[in-house]
Amino acid sequence: MELDREMLLHLYRTMTTIRHFEERGIPETGQRGMSGSVHSSAGQEAVPTGICAHLTVDDYIGSTHRGHGHCIAKGVDPKLMMAELFGRSTGPNKGKGGSMHIADMSKGMLGTNGVVAASIPLAVGAGLTSKLRNLGRVAVAFFGDGGANQGVLHECMNLASVWKLPVIFCCENNGYAESTPVEYALSTARVADRAAGYDMPGIHVDGMDVFDVFEAAGEAVRRARSGEGPSLLECRTYRYYGHTVFDNPLSYRTQEEQDYWRNRDPLKLFRERVADGGLVSLTELDQMDEEATEMMEDAIRFADESPLPEPLEIYDDVYVDYPKDMMKRGINLEV
Amino acid sequence: MTTAMTPTTTRELRYREAINEALRQEMERDETVIIMGEEIAGGAGREHLGIVDAWGGPFRTTVGLIQQFGNQRVLDTPLSEAAFVGTAIGAASTGMRAVAELMFVDFVGVCMDQLLNNAAKMRYMFGGQVTVPFTMLTRIGAGFGSAAQHSESFYSIFSHIPGLKGVVPSDPYTAKGLLIAAIRDDDPVVYFEHKGLYGDMGPVPEEPYAIPLGKARTVRSGSDITLVGISRMTWVCTEAADELAKEGVNAEVIDLLSVSPIDYDLIIDSVRRTHRLVVVDEDTPVCSLASDICARVAEEAFDYLDAPPSRVTAPHTPVPYSRPLENVYVPNAARVVGTVQRLVKRG
Ligand SMILES: Cc1ncc(C[n+]2csc(CCOP(=O)(O)OP(=O)(O)O)c2C)c(N)n1
Ligand SMILES: [Mg+2]
Repeated sequence: MELDREMLLHLYRTMTTIRHFEERGIPETGQRGMSGSVHSSAGQEAVPTGICAHLTVDDYIGSTHRGHGHCIAKGVDPKLMMAELFGRSTGPNKGKGGSMHIADMSKGMLGTNGVVAASIPLAVGAGLTSKLRNLGRVAVAFFGDGGANQGVLHECMNLASVWKLPVIFCCENNGYAESTPVEYALSTARVADRAAGYDMPGIHVDGMDVFDVFEAAGEAVRRARSGEGPSLLECRTYRYYGHTVFDNPLSYRTQEEQDYWRNRDPLKLFRERVADGGLVSLTELDQMDEEATEMMEDAIRFADESPLPEPLEIYDDVYVDYPKDMMKRGINLEV
Repeated sequence: MTTAMTPTTTRELRYREAINEALRQEMERDETVIIMGEEIAGGAGREHLGIVDAWGGPFRTTVGLIQQFGNQRVLDTPLSEAAFVGTAIGAASTGMRAVAELMFVDFVGVCMDQLLNNAAKMRYMFGGQVTVPFTMLTRIGAGFGSAAQHSESFYSIFSHIPGLKGVVPSDPYTAKGLLIAAIRDDDPVVYFEHKGLYGDMGPVPEEPYAIPLGKARTVRSGSDITLVGISRMTWVCTEAADELAKEGVNAEVIDLLSVSPIDYDLIIDSVRRTHRLVVVDEDTPVCSLASDICARVAEEAFDYLDAPPSRVTAPHTPVPYSRPLENVYVPNAARVVGTVQRLVKRG
């Protein structure tokens, strides 16, 4: 696949930004006492990067608990994400959501989600809006190999296929749902095999190779945009760390396996692939790594300097319209 | 086996260990007892690599069970709550005594139909032909920076459903006794573990024992007001009672233990002596357990009341992420003390 220089730089910049966000932002969040429910996507950068490269700001994505990479690839500002992780008012969710709920509707980012597979129908619904209102937009539903076993995915694939909705079902198969290996939990050899049951293309790609992802996603997005209906795209990838910071992954997987995948690092593979293409130089890539480092320092500073929400903001945004007095009736939170 | 000659040995266990012991003893006692859920052993299917029980449960309450009982009775499941909760209910109605673990109560939406329309109603709809000895273990509690989808305490929605029972153990002793009772019970029981209690230590008898479902207990006697705590809120009540004692107000504290059936009798007996009631509930207030208890007391002990039955609850909002917000979400002793002071002043 022929990619121009600008696209190559975009792909690498996105991946290194995600990597730096995970490597810097997660420990910093932990140091601020909010470590519990933060999931690193380090190792999986090529998937959201290769897919979202085909999307415009108007297209939609639905994300998962492991969603920082999805947010960044869809154009959410890492500074604002950091503020959200730190629980600050300047986060896109005003500190109400944290890592598992980052949403930025101005970027078509329909939210990371704490309930596995729960964002899939939201993406399908966005696809329906696009179809009914002739918006020409597509929607990507991200989910993991664990999420692949939730009933709602299967219902959604059927519905999207029946209604020919502009949706891409994207499974990030990183081999594990928490400690459960995919080969134990999945009845088929591949998640992509399941597409046959819903009469849509099922494609399996190397999720560590951003070019592979980019190419397959290009066809799925084209199909969706031209009204031919949904596709299922399975990207085989790997998460470098435990499920959360508390998990030691060596309790269920081997060092050799980890080494194998680390050796297929998506940023490293990218460098190897472009090294003798002449379009971008490794020095340029190094420079983008540096920029990402600085971006994270800025983001951390911005987040730390941002205000925390006032306690009584707890009542804001529960509803559009509801008597606040009714919500506060009989409850004195200020003691 | 307990006999008069071998008195029960009691030692200190953590809440999570008490849960584990109850599961183990019931599985030893009755070979029809099975347990299933996500990561209840962990690393499933990797025995050939020497990997067994990689997690021992998301909060290590099921650790060691798979080694003792094997992977036919301790079943790691795919990530499919509707399937495995429903399957456990189906197994329970056909000869097994099934336990399923739902990792957090917030996820109940995924499998609610199985609880609401099958577990709760089958016996009734089928004219009493079937029993459903099914226990669902799940977790409640805010305060851990886990935001709106991992922090709920909704037990009241289960109390609301005829056909389901529910228990809220508050310490290691009740954790063991109520779990044994739940598993032995022939009706479906939801067992709510509180995330904030897992590390708490307390005396637990070694022998199996069942604490009757539907019975609350008095954890502190007092004459001026009755505080009813639910799950961890019991200890918020005792903390408030300590504060109030300094001001000369003697609070009685009742630990609810069962959210269905509810021990109205113990509460009403207490209110008849103290003439005041505050229910402290980590759940949201509208149509809550706290509301239900206050209503029952108003109906049945109205003439004994010197102050309106009152509630201290979470606000009518989802659980927020940011610290300053979550800090005010969870009821605390200061709010209980403030409410009691207001009621006592009234006369
Ligand atoms: C409905 C539901 N069940 C269980 C969980 C707990 N949980 C969170 S992530 C996870 C594993 C998800 O695995 P996968 O879909 O493969 O995503 P990954 O973590 O590998 O990115 C589980 C079981 C949840 N959040 N929601
Ligand atoms: Mg996975």
